[in-house]
Amino acid sequence: MKAAVGILAVVALASVPLWLRDPYLMNALITTGIFIIGAMSLNLLLGFTGQLSLGHIAFFGIGAYVSALTSLGFDVGLPFGLRIVHIPWPPIAGFVLAIVVAGFCGYLVGLLSFRVRGAYFVIVTISFAEVVRLVALNWVELTQGPLALTNIPSITVGLPGLGDLTLRTKLQNYYLVLTVAVVTYLLISRLVHSHFGRSMRGLMENETLAVSVGIDVTRTLTLAAVISAGIAGAAGSLYAHYIRIIDPEVFAFINTVTMVIMVITGGKGSLAGPVVGGLIFGLLPVFLRPIMAPEAQWIAYGGVLIVILFILPRGIVPSLALRFAKPPKPIEARAPAAFTERDAKEHA
Amino acid sequence: MSQFLQHLINMLVLGGTYALLGIGLTLIFGIMNVVNFTHGVLYTFGAYIMFIVVHQLGVNFFLALPLAVVAGWLLGAAIELTLLRPLRGSDIDTTMLVMIGAWIAMQSGALWIWGGVAKSVTTPFPEAPLVLGPVSVSWLRLFVLASAAMLIVLTYLLINKTKLGGAMRATFQDRDTASLMGVNVDLIYTSTFAIGSSLAAAAGALLGPVYVIFPQMGDLAAVKAFAIVILGGLGNITGAVIGGFILALAEELGAGYVSSGYRDAMGFLIIIAVLIFKPTGLFARSERVG
Repeated sequence: MKAAVGILAVVALASVPLWLRDPYLMNALITTGIFIIGAMSLNLLLGFTGQLSLGHIAFFGIGAYVSALTSLGFDVGLPFGLRIVHIPWPPIAGFVLAIVVAGFCGYLVGLLSFRVRGAYFVIVTISFAEVVRLVALNWVELTQGPLALTNIPSITVGLPGLGDLTLRTKLQNYYLVLTVAVVTYLLISRLVHSHFGRSMRGLMENETLAVSVGIDVTRTLTLAAVISAGIAGAAGSLYAHYIRIIDPEVFAFINTVTMVIMVITGGKGSLAGPVVGGLIFGLLPVFLRPIMAPEAQWIAYGGVLIVILFILPRGIVPSLALRFAKPPKPIEARAPAAFTERDAKEHA
Repeated sequence: MSQFLQHLINMLVLGGTYALLGIGLTLIFGIMNVVNFTHGVLYTFGAYIMFIVVHQLGVNFFLALPLAVVAGWLLGAAIELTLLRPLRGSDIDTTMLVMIGAWIAMQSGALWIWGGVAKSVTTPFPEAPLVLGPVSVSWLRLFVLASAAMLIVLTYLLINKTKLGGAMRATFQDRDTASLMGVNVDLIYTSTFAIGSSLAAAAGALLGPVYVIFPQMGDLAAVKAFAIVILGGLGNITGAVIGGFILALAEELGAGYVSSGYRDAMGFLIIIAVLIFKPTGLFARSERVG
């Protein structure tokens, strides 16, 4: 049943370019897709380990910059007379490196999360993102600072039997983003239903108990942070090669907030949540643009976030799932039993 | 050497307002356990109140500061009553996200109402700075420092010498016991949030005329306030004051001797360093006053 809905959704999304010709809407869909990948990665941390990372855009931006610099090449001086000269590599190498570097940064932040929790972790992640933004702004020799990295090449993929294909058009980028999004979804789905996923949920729901049954806190949280950051880095790389221009504004806090709103509205801790929330908030500007000034839109976003937290604190997808719930599968029934009870109370 | 002295003077002026910001946030964070993302908006709000009162209403500059404090108090109380009171007992993440929503809505509201163009406030102070040997400081900045010092002392007295302050400290130490002893915890929460907000508005009203006023000015201020709170320890007013001056010193020295582009990175680096090496803040728990 669930798989059928998933396949139907993917088929529907894959058919969009067949009947939608409007380039503005296609562009909105592609950037929305990229942000949904970012939101899915945020959900892995927020929804399944309970750690709220408000610096998530850092990993996205690091991925974007790493990928752009890898494919553009650079020549920077370091202290002590050292120089690093890098000759451009193909963008696909940038994509891989973006995942690796962002994942490594996730490892560093994940190590921190073992020392500081809750509000402190949130503030550390915000600080991390801001420091990265200031470095991107001020290390002009590497990043061009506010002048932005321009002319970032499009991604070229080698297709078996078709030779190399450079993804320049919106249509090609749409399918690239859709493919990466589906792969990400399946990857996260596998993860959260694995032993590792149960460890994560165990830690979120009752850390003391989880530790007592032998779950390794550091290892689990760090691994989750690494995977989450790596996926965000991949999304950033897609963004860089699609938009083809990157400046330090990519690290703006508001971008993290966008992802958080997507996850919270859709439903944290639900696999489809970030997708639903992402589609709503990614495409809402398209429909609001003719009737509302951008500032008024942001007022509405802030308002929606508050209203959702007040009336649907679990998010849209879990609330709908509860309403139309068939007898849940055993594993789903066992783990979140606590929250169905709580939810019943809220609805009463 | 004279350059260093000049940095010290600047540090004093900046540190005073940072301390105000920090005290406001540390009270809210410490007593209510709310990560207050609207703190920066209140700072912006205070600055705009200054602008409106001086330029659009034509009221005296010196009257504008108390008006900004009162306006901040009212807005803070309104936020607490509408958004935080219904969420009492929710987990810290939910209130934090609600505060983020409020912050975005209010900041965009400021952008909508006042536009993105930076505004400046004209002050009654003479252009020529006060020159003291090798260093100079403008009269406006001296006024900022004096006002901040006065507000810090008033807050200190409020927390430590009044009945309300005693109730706030009791709530901070143990909410349930304080409640059993007859403290109206709801009232304490609203007062705490209102006082904290009025201090943020005061900081904005003081620094607004020194720099320029624009809707996003509060973002950095908020993070700096967080840095100060973390530096000084949760709920520690003395810590927040010292933290404010430490942050100002780090920024002045960072801007003066490293690179001015990294001035604003100092707060973030301090946050990360303190949380890695001394997560409880620089001052021991026993020194916390309230």
